[in-house]
Amino acid sequence: MSTKIKVRNLNFYYGEFKALMDINLDIKERQVTALIGPSGCGKSTFLRTLNRMNDLIEETKVKGEITLDGENIYSKKIEVEELRKRVGMVFQKPNPFPKSIYENIVYGPKRHGIKNKKKLDEIVEKSLRGAALWDEVYDRLHKSAWDLSGGQQQRLCIARAIAMEPEVILMDEPTSALDPIATSRIENLIDSLKKDYTIVIVTHSMQQAARISDNTAFFLMGELVEFDETSKIFTTPQDKRTEDYITGRFG
Amino acid sequence: MSKKIREGLIKKILFIFGSVSILITISIFATLLSESLIFFQKVPILNFLFGTKWTPLFKPQNFGVLPLVAGTFLIVIFSSLISLPIGLLSAIYLSEYSHMKVRKIVKPFIEILAGIPSIVYGYFALTTITPIIRKFYPDTSIYNALSASIAVGIMTIPMVLSLSEDSMRAVPKSLREGAYALGLTKLEVVFGVVIPASFSGIVASFILAISRAIGETMIVALAAGATPKLTLNPLESIQTMTGFIVQISQGDVVQGTIEAHSLFAVAMLLFVITLTMNLLSKLIVNRFKEDY
Repeated sequence: MSTKIKVRNLNFYYGEFKALMDINLDIKERQVTALIGPSGCGKSTFLRTLNRMNDLIEETKVKGEITLDGENIYSKKIEVEELRKRVGMVFQKPNPFPKSIYENIVYGPKRHGIKNKKKLDEIVEKSLRGAALWDEVYDRLHKSAWDLSGGQQQRLCIARAIAMEPEVILMDEPTSALDPIATSRIENLIDSLKKDYTIVIVTHSMQQAARISDNTAFFLMGELVEFDETSKIFTTPQDKRTEDYITGRFG
Repeated sequence: MSKKIREGLIKKILFIFGSVSILITISIFATLLSESLIFFQKVPILNFLFGTKWTPLFKPQNFGVLPLVAGTFLIVIFSSLISLPIGLLSAIYLSEYSHMKVRKIVKPFIEILAGIPSIVYGYFALTTITPIIRKFYPDTSIYNALSASIAVGIMTIPMVLSLSEDSMRAVPKSLREGAYALGLTKLEVVFGVVIPASFSGIVASFILAISRAIGETMIVALAAGATPKLTLNPLESIQTMTGFIVQISQGDVVQGTIEAHSLFAVAMLLFVITLTMNLLSKLIVNRFKEDY
């Protein structure tokens, strides 16, 4: 498997506070990489450096290098809108726009220049099928997205991300607001998405990381403590702190 | 006293206080209605609504309210041309573009503008704005609609700004982030997501500013003149509905005369117009509302 994203000596600051310390990490193409760790450990902050979502927060600073296919995403040459088109994101709480299901999906593609109605229809069907939502909503595409259930809304957000045909999809605790059944549907979906996309997922649940990821990174207080294949992290962790965390001694 | 009695008593007391404002509204409306009915017995309502001459203080008396409505309309149009765009655009700047520190200083500062008594604005219009206008258009009357409109416009900027900024800031961060994550530019997020989502608040702020302009009295009484005239030229002296009410209330008019009753008819019309505006805004807001 080739490396999709390479992170080298990444440091991140909120004002004076150093939230990430010297992170080095390789994210493999078309695999699921899980980021675990207790609240406030920097895993979400790290995730959001990958599509420069942290740019939106005032007084933050990034040092170090992140490359996507060998290109530094913090270089001046990179347009952040183009980057975010390639690196899509799904959030903790489903956040569909207050528009119809259809409009939610074509929102991004339209803004990036696709106007042809037939093409947009195709994108909608393909994305909804890709997010395993088509069968539930094909007859009410023009109804408000807000009438869907939480789990459906989250799959809609995944469909919205897929519609941009990204290369990487970042997921920030995508199931934390969902019930177990909706959670398991999303997990199955992630499993099928990884044949087309590189996925990085932040999760609170270690079981979830163990179930769906190929590689796991354990963060603690802004440091990357351990990063390895998921099976190794959960069976033979090298670091005492990783072992303590996964056996439930803290966090 | 048992708990039950105490709770019941409190409920009753709060109910009485709650009904006070409703009772006051009803009694104001009743006064307006009964007094204007007396007026409409002497002047047919259609003559009042569609007459083009308003000369209650001269012979022959005419009670066509259109010149006053036109005066108010002029003030509303020209003040809105100032307050709505300036208020909305500064709200967009403060909510979406400015640094947090800038907002913290600027917003309270602008809200102070709202605390200046309107009579000060009236004097400002008369002694500062009017001379400036007359530099450009020397034929402008000392009292003119434009000068008053500008002052009313400035006065209502904070209302538009403050309310629309509040409603834009109330748009959840998650919605913005969702849009940014799709690779939208800031401009696209602001105009494609934030403004549609805060549309109802923005409309509400517009309606409030317009209602305020309709009801504004002191500025127009001081700076717009007292010449009821059916004109759309803002450089002329005019009279608004409120301006007329001030003029009549000053005491020259004998109680019980038709002139005195005309005041209530005008006030009634003013009330109906503002009420219609409010209902209209509710309709617009419900029609375009994007819930979040």
